[in-house]
Amino acid sequence: MSSAHFRYVLRLGDNALVLGQRLSEWCGHSPFLEEDIAMANTALDHIGRARMLLSHASAIEGKGRDEDALAYLRDEREFGNFLICELPNGDYAFTLVRQYLLDVYHQLLFEALRASADEELAAIAAKAVKEAAYHARRSGDWVLRFGDGTDESQARAQAALDALWSYTGELFTPDAVDDAMQAAGIAPDLAQLGARWRQIVEAHLVAATLNVPPDDWQADGGREGLHTEHMGRLLAEMQFVQRAYPGLDW
Amino acid sequence: MSKQHLPLWEVFVRSRRGLDHKHIGSLHAADAEQALLAARDTYTRRQEGVSIWVVRSSDIHASQFEDEDAFFEPAADKVYRHPTFYDVPEELKL
Repeated sequence: MSSAHFRYVLRLGDNALVLGQRLSEWCGHSPFLEEDIAMANTALDHIGRARMLLSHASAIEGKGRDEDALAYLRDEREFGNFLICELPNGDYAFTLVRQYLLDVYHQLLFEALRASADEELAAIAAKAVKEAAYHARRSGDWVLRFGDGTDESQARAQAALDALWSYTGELFTPDAVDDAMQAAGIAPDLAQLGARWRQIVEAHLVAATLNVPPDDWQADGGREGLHTEHMGRLLAEMQFVQRAYPGLDW
Repeated sequence: MSKQHLPLWEVFVRSRRGLDHKHIGSLHAADAEQALLAARDTYTRRQEGVSIWVVRSSDIHASQFEDEDAFFEPAADKVYRHPTFYDVPEELKL
């Protein structure tokens, strides 16, 4: 039970950390200055969220591994983030379509987690839900712009959506950890969450004149630590300094 | 980064303490919604505000430098326009 609890909160923290790391790669490279600031801002929101969740996971585990140890000293197989978070950024449409799919997920998830039996997690969710709502508005705005924009932007947004759709099944397919947490009143019902997500996302995609891709093969495995080939490189960059200079502080 | 600029917008933020929106800067955005979001991320990340206005810079009509004499100079020597000839009761003085 307590190991499932640790694993559950850790996974939430890993999603925030890995996605934040990916978004931070845009810093200095976004298409124009205002976007650069906004993207870095969003990346920092995710890193801040990761800090809260990993600290809480650390407290649940109770083995003295603090948030930094969890972020910088674990190997690939120990990370439980969804595969969609670690995919390379691609073009700006890919980054923002992914962001939209995940922002809506996070908004719904944190809304539900405010009622979690884990009071600390409920408090983190109450804080995170506000920024998640903003993130969804921002990325949703871009999805509309790309989808209902030029032929070029629509083609890119559709290609991104087609590529990403197979990575969304993982978000709503409960595994043993999710089931245990739902039974304990800590996590929400994923089937219900998934149905609401689909309703919101599909309506928005239609408004953006994008086609909802067919539900065929779905990728899975991130939660068990079975990652894509992109994860190792991401961790190498993120963890390099702590690995090369253990305990370095500045 | 792109060298083509989107339209310019002026940003006004109402701070927590004040009652008026104050001009805080400008930014480029395609339309009002994008300007609002960009203003939020650019100018209110450190809790600077509780409300934002964005206005297309091209919608602002400004007095010109050459107008300075005609507009403002005549006010300088009309002291009687300033309410300095009233006795203000001690209790009302700030």
